[in-house]
Amino acid sequence: MAQSITLLLLSLIYSSLAWGQLEIQVTRGIDNPTSIAIAPFAWDGLGTSPVDFAQIIDSDLARSGQFSPVSRRDMLSLPTSKEDIFYRDWRAIATRYLVIGRVTKGTQLRVDFALHDVERGIELFSGQVVGSEPEARMVAHGVADAIYEKLTGIPGAFATRLIYVSVTRNPEGKDFYRLTVADADGSRPIVLLEGRDPILAPSWSPDGKEVAYVSFESSRPAIYRQVLATGEREQLTNFQGLNNSPVWSPDGRFMALVLSKDGSPDIYLLDLETKALTRLTRHYAIDTEPTWMPDGKSLLFTSDRGGRPQIYRYELATGKIERVTFEGRYNARARVAEDGRNVALVHQRDGRFHIAVFDLVTERLTVLTETSLDESPSIAPNGSLVIYATKRGERSVLGAVAVDGGVKFSLPARSGSVQEPAWSPMLPKQ
Amino acid sequence: MTTKNTLGKAAAVVLMAALVSACSSNAAKEEAAAQAAAERAAAEQAAAAEAAAAEQRAIEKEKAMMMAEKREEKRRLMDAASAAGSVFYFDYDSSALSDDARAVIDAHVALMMADSGNVRLEGHTDERGTREYNLALGERRANAVRDYMVASGVPAYRIETISYGEENPVAYGSGESSWMKNRRVEIK
Repeated sequence: MAQSITLLLLSLIYSSLAWGQLEIQVTRGIDNPTSIAIAPFAWDGLGTSPVDFAQIIDSDLARSGQFSPVSRRDMLSLPTSKEDIFYRDWRAIATRYLVIGRVTKGTQLRVDFALHDVERGIELFSGQVVGSEPEARMVAHGVADAIYEKLTGIPGAFATRLIYVSVTRNPEGKDFYRLTVADADGSRPIVLLEGRDPILAPSWSPDGKEVAYVSFESSRPAIYRQVLATGEREQLTNFQGLNNSPVWSPDGRFMALVLSKDGSPDIYLLDLETKALTRLTRHYAIDTEPTWMPDGKSLLFTSDRGGRPQIYRYELATGKIERVTFEGRYNARARVAEDGRNVALVHQRDGRFHIAVFDLVTERLTVLTETSLDESPSIAPNGSLVIYATKRGERSVLGAVAVDGGVKFSLPARSGSVQEPAWSPMLPKQ
Repeated sequence: MTTKNTLGKAAAVVLMAALVSACSSNAAKEEAAAQAAAERAAAEQAAAAEAAAAEQRAIEKEKAMMMAEKREEKRRLMDAASAAGSVFYFDYDSSALSDDARAVIDAHVALMMADSGNVRLEGHTDERGTREYNLALGERRANAVRDYMVASGVPAYRIETISYGEENPVAYGSGESSWMKNRRVEIK
């Protein structure tokens, strides 16, 4: 009995590694990334450190494309306190910044770290991040966030998570779908739902504690919400026709979604408390893919009421609808950055589908990707990167690109297809 | 007084006896007649029953022939529908029914009019464009087939539509040869 449980656990661990684990490869960084060294952190506690904190911070900063971390092999000394630092050791290997740290294990893990300017020979900043031992990786990401913000002026989004759908193709029968949540670096994937019926359109609650999605498990599409910590879930809609595109309002009280129960697909608002349903759009055309402006006062959505799919804006107070995009024959599936200005969308040019950013102020559209079947853009909560799905051969893989187009990396899965990534909001500190 | 009475009684008894004997001979005749009538009636009844049974047999034979004809007709319609196929294809980003598609649907409509079964129409798209827009497009295709069936006389309640968008391709490659196979409605 004990043996079979061990086997089951092993197979669970194996399957979570085999399916859905992402590996991140930076394919294009900025021209002159900043050199930074993360010296291995000291460990104060029984046993050994649960994770290599310095290595996780190193990988995070490398993945931003803006930093070039110094290899541990090249380090001439491994300081863990201010007194141990000899700046000449770091100038000798052309290091611009140095990070040192110490992890103390009490009832929780506490990381004390400091950022040094090697060129000027001074400590720039010191900080502390606290968290539980099982969340040790998130604690390390929290340190990377603080360093990134200090050096770039933009809050880091390393201590965040992704949800995505992974699909194992089965040409002989039905495909296998898994809804997976993982850390933003692809580690610690957890399968939330799996089965032979399609899973679509996952999205996050604004507090990062729940996800909503569409599942065909009842042989028809239905919208569900699910609490990540407990797995508890609730079916929100199961109407005749489409039940699609659930997106939480910024205040978490409403969900915008798409139903076709009254004829053609239209945008509806579901009050999550009273379950009252309000129809927002009324048009015989396709209205779909709603997304909230960060102020919660209006929604963007895709409609082909003008003959081809374009982005429109719906103002909640007045019910007024105005067309937003005009460039090109196909603009769809918008996602708005926290600044309320940059809109990531799918744009068709010369028959190819690219990820583009549309600036709501200047109304300029900039294409960010060169691949041809790109879809499902989602913006990091700090507005720096857009993660999206694209095709590589017959497989769907994830890619990420900086909003300014500078940095690019891919997140191929070890096997199967990965699609519909959704980046979490900023998460409460551990 | 007494004798006179006695005589009178005797006369009455004789009279009654004569009457009784006369009666008994009448009853025997009637009985025979009744029996003959009953026999005739039974024979007539038997003949009628026989005729009815024959008629019934004829009706049943005719019914069976009609049923067989109907079955034959239904089999012919089923063959026609299955020969026509159960998949209808569409142009890119279009839900317009081609002449070929209409001919296929007509075969299924003819079968549905001779039958009482329900159908499920599954709409699909190719991989191009966004997944959620494609779900709507797949539904539009399934609805186009449904509307055509309803216009041809099939009651709407017998038709269920569902869209899978681009989720269930039959051909996996990226190129028009795969895409054209995936832009379809399947009847199930």
